[in-house]
Amino acid sequence: MKIKILAFGIAKDILGGREIEMELTSDPVDVGALREHLSTAYPDFRKLRSLALAVNEEYVDDGIVLRHGDQVVIIPPVSGG
Amino acid sequence: MLELERTQIKILATPLSVDECYQFVTAPNCGGIDLFVGTVRDSTQGKKVISLDFEAYVPMAISEMEKISLTIQERWKVQRICMHHRTGLLKIGEIAVIIAVAAPHRGAAFDACRFAIDTLKETVPIWKKEIFEDGEVWVAAHP
Repeated sequence: MKIKILAFGIAKDILGGREIEMELTSDPVDVGALREHLSTAYPDFRKLRSLALAVNEEYVDDGIVLRHGDQVVIIPPVSGG
Repeated sequence: MLELERTQIKILATPLSVDECYQFVTAPNCGGIDLFVGTVRDSTQGKKVISLDFEAYVPMAISEMEKISLTIQERWKVQRICMHHRTGLLKIGEIAVIIAVAAPHRGAAFDACRFAIDTLKETVPIWKKEIFEDGEVWVAAHP
């Protein structure tokens, strides 16, 4: 399954761009698998204080299954305010 | 029914206005208005800061701020809530965030306003980068 991923903050720097496309071959694909795939492809993610993922504008747990058309966003540690 | 009409949430790339937030929240039945203004500080851990660069995942930032507003309305007797956040490059002293809360009585206004900014800092997908003379650092990214 091809997934488009948006990144903000330091995640954008780590990925080298605002948006990337990843091919995930496990079936079904869950958020945990995506997290593993990202951390392996981009080891700098493991150095961060935390790494959350959002699917369709909601924070998600690793067990959530991804579907075609889901908007996936990498949320590194937030620092608003 | 929780009323979102009593809430104003904005993410702007232009300078924020304390007066605009104040005017939104004031109401005849509110005796207490609490305002929090977050500004850009000139140093961090003793190091001179030149500017802060804010970016936001806007649609989710707004929905997370709406959740904060709903929680406030569940917990406290508050009439109106205003939350404005800025994005882009800000100089020292510029306003990054304004939270305004109006309630009949001041206790709820104080508590809700504090809750709003404390929770925003934990959950809302907005990030700031500190710009120094000798480099840039995304705040709180690394332990």
